[in-house]
Formats: sequence, C-alpha cells, structure tokens
Amino acid sequence: MNDADAGARPKIRIRGLSVAFGTKHVLRDLDLDVGVGESVVIIGGSGVGKSVTLKCILGLVQPDAGSIQIDGEEVVGLRGRALDRVNAKIGMLFQSAALFDSLQVWENVAFGLIQGEGMDREPAREKAIEKLGQVGLGPDVADLWPAELSGGMRKRVGLARAIATDPEIIFFDEPTTGLDPIMGDVIDKLIVECVRGLGATALSITHDMISARRIADRVAMLHEGKIIWTGPVASIDSSGNDYVEQFIHGKAEGPIQMQVRR
Amino acid sequence: MPILQPIGRVFLNFLAATGRLSLFTVRATSHCVRPPFYPRLVMRQMVEIGYYSLPVVGLTTIFTGMVLALQTNSSFSSVNAESATATIVVFAVTRELAPVLAGLMVAGRIGAAMAAEIGTMRVTEQIDALSTLSTNPFKYLIAPRLIAGLMMLPILVVVGDIIGVFGGYLIAVYQLDFNAANYLAQTWRYVETLGVVSGIVKAACFGFIVSLMGCYHGYHSSGGAQGVGAATTNSVVSASILILGANYLITALFFGVG
Repeated sequence: MNDADAGARPKIRIRGLSVAFGTKHVLRDLDLDVGVGESVVIIGGSGVGKSVTLKCILGLVQPDAGSIQIDGEEVVGLRGRALDRVNAKIGMLFQSAALFDSLQVWENVAFGLIQGEGMDREPAREKAIEKLGQVGLGPDVADLWPAELSGGMRKRVGLARAIATDPEIIFFDEPTTGLDPIMGDVIDKLIVECVRGLGATALSITHDMISARRIADRVAMLHEGKIIWTGPVASIDSSGNDYVEQFIHGKAEGPIQMQVRR
Repeated sequence: MPILQPIGRVFLNFLAATGRLSLFTVRATSHCVRPPFYPRLVMRQMVEIGYYSLPVVGLTTIFTGMVLALQTNSSFSSVNAESATATIVVFAVTRELAPVLAGLMVAGRIGAAMAAEIGTMRVTEQIDALSTLSTNPFKYLIAPRLIAGLMMLPILVVVGDIIGVFGGYLIAVYQLDFNAANYLAQTWRYVETLGVVSGIVKAACFGFIVSLMGCYHGYHSSGGAQGVGAATTNSVVSASILILGANYLITALFFGVG
C-alpha cells in the first residue's frame, strides 16, 4: 500500500511539515498519509524527528510550516477545547510509559475516562481493570503504584491507558525500547491485538526493526526530516533504497553518516 | 565594543526571562478562575502546604520569638527599657518575622518540592501525557498549587504569630522573670490590626510567589536529572529573593507613607 491508495481520505494526512529548533531543522517538508485502520511504522535513526512528528500531530509542538489533518480537519494551530476534542480521538503509549507517579495504576488507566469523559470513579475503575485484563495484567495490579512496577508492566499499563477510551487512533513511541526480547514480543503482540480489536489506526515510531516487522502494515523511513521511502512491510527487504538497506541491516557503512568523534 | 556585548546579552536575557515569567503568571492565574476546577487536588495541596509545613513554621517562629525576647531584653537593659520587650516581640513577629521566615521556610520545603515534582513530570513526558489525555497541565498541576499557596500561607503565618509571641513569653516569664500577667497585658495592648493584617497580606503574596516559582521552574525544566536539580535550586533562590523584595514593597505600602 502506498500513499496514493491508502484510501480516498486518509485518517491522518501530513503535508509540507517543517519544524526547526533554533538553527536545527528537524523536519523539512514532510509528507505522510495514514489510512483508516492502517498501521504505519516510521523508522529512522535517533534524532531524525520521529518523536517531533508525533508531537506535532498531538499539538505539543507547533510546526513552522505545513498542514496536519485528522479526518479532514486541520489540527495545526488548534488550542484549548478544539485541540482536546481532536486529542480525544487519540491514545498514546509513551516511550517511558509516562505513568503519573502520584496516581495508582487504575487511576492512571482511567485518567482519560475520569478527566476527559467525566466518568464517575467507580465505573471508571471497573473499566480500567477490564483494560488491564486486555493487556494481561490482573486486578491485583490496579491498586499498585507505578514505582512498584517493572519496565514491562509499566509499558502494559501505558498501553492499557492508551486504549482505555477506545480511541480511533493510537500512537506508539518506541514501544519496545528498554525491554528484553521476550517482553518486546509480548508488547508487540498486545499492540497488534489492541489495534485490531479496536479497529484503530496506528502510527508507531521505532528503530527496532524486529518490532517494526511485527506491528506494521506499512513502513516509512524518515531521514533528515523527510520521508525518503515508504512501502508495505513485506517489501522492506527489497526496497531498492540504499538508506533503508543500511538501516534495516544496521551497517555503519552506507549513505547514512553517523556523527562519531574519535 | 566587545565589553558591552556580554552586558547587553545579560540584559536581553533578563528581559526575555521577565517576559516569559509574566506570560506564565498571567496564563496560570487565568486558569485559577476558569473551570474546570479540581477541588480534590486543591485540597491535597492545601494539606501538603499547610498541614505538613506546620512543624517547620512552628519551630522557626518559636525559636525566633525566644531569641528576640533575649536580644531585646539584653539590648534595652542598658537604657532601662526592658519593659519594651513584649512590645518589640509582638511588633516584630506579627509585622515581619513570622511572614518572612514562614515564606522562606515554605519556599525551601514546598517550592523545591513543587519544582522537583513538576520538573520530573516534564522530563519523563508526564506533562505531555496530560495534554494527550485532554487535560490542561495549567489547570491540573499549576492552578491547584497557586490557589493552595495563596490560601495556606496566611493561615500558617497566623499560627506562626501566635507561636512566635508565645516563644517570647516563655523566655520573658521563665528566664527573665517578667510578670506573666503584665507581659500578656502589654502584648495584648500592642497587637494592632494593621500589623497583623499586613503580615497576612504579605503571607498571601509570599505563598503565591513560592508556588509560582516552584511551578514555573519545574514546568520549564529540561535535560534530565541535572535540569530538575537546577529547577529546584532556581525555584528556591528566585522565590527567596522575590519574597524579600515583595516584603519591602508591602511594608512601604502599609507603613512607609505618612
């Protein structure tokens, strides 16, 4: 699947997105479409702007130029309740899970239900326990504090929080970073199950190629602020793109030059 | 000239920081008076700032009152004016010492904790997570702390006034052999509304400053543990300086004219 046949109106449509921090240009004229129900993974090295792309869509970073549309609605420049309304469609699993330390696990999972949707605490707690069950955690975890959880459990709780409001779109920021390979596989399978179960559109960023192959329908390679290749995950080994070849095989030699000081 | 460049840079940085702080203050204050409100969070912060600061404020003011009684008696005895001890203690404690010392102690205890907590939330993406969950960080994190600081420090200062005066009484009666009834009568005679009210106004202002500095530096922290540490230090230093500056302005407003 490519951008043209991702659907008549993509769920997420990004055009000409540019972001600079001072003199450092992070994104340069980035274009990307994500179709309805599609799972797209953006791959690329550290510091190429993967996280910034997600933050622009969420309204956490204001781009210098460009357009981002969700369901055809322009989101660049939205503030306050208008931005909250758009963000209510989106769930996000952060790289570090970003659980609120001062809240118990169930309160973390139910946060969007209580604060965003105004649900009462008791039904919100029941739904949080149900969502924890979906990510393989028992009700006994609900009353723990985030500091009492292992890295893998934190990711699962973060995933439960991301899906708690049954969002139409889910973002995954480096979902397997810092996890052992087995837990990485568990998290990837949970992501696929949750996304398919909700029928959600997923946009993930990672530099873990094993994870990318598991969760992606389509892969987009980001380099120097632009998408330089995109295609179905099955075709990534025959991309014919030197940058993609170097990245997926993890070679130091190639067109991507890492800045290494000796 | 090269020598003017660093001066100009410092001046421009100062203006930029002042502008950022002013915008932050206006934005934070506006969220204090616009719904949605989080009474549960305001209550939690009130307990944190008010109840848990009572021991440190109480100890600070009782020792200050005791020292003040000793010093006043020691100094004034040379001019046979020891009888002014009660007056000096009640004036100094209610007008200046209780509000300023309570403000500085709370800046060290609460301002630092706020900066560390919010700074950690910033560098671990918890503040970003709030935004993605349709919750405004200014309403959820900052407004409750500002409201609680504004409301609780005056209460702490009233308690500090009583404990500080009581400290002076203990020393005067049990160490300096003052007559207890006379000392209390003189203290009561010189408890003036203006002095107490000025102390309460100062306390409200200092509470706002402490919370504002803690939230501002925490919210803008970056760079991991080192950044959070710097935010914590900056919050205490800036709050302390602003408290002393604001103390002069409020004192001048209440007592400086006429």
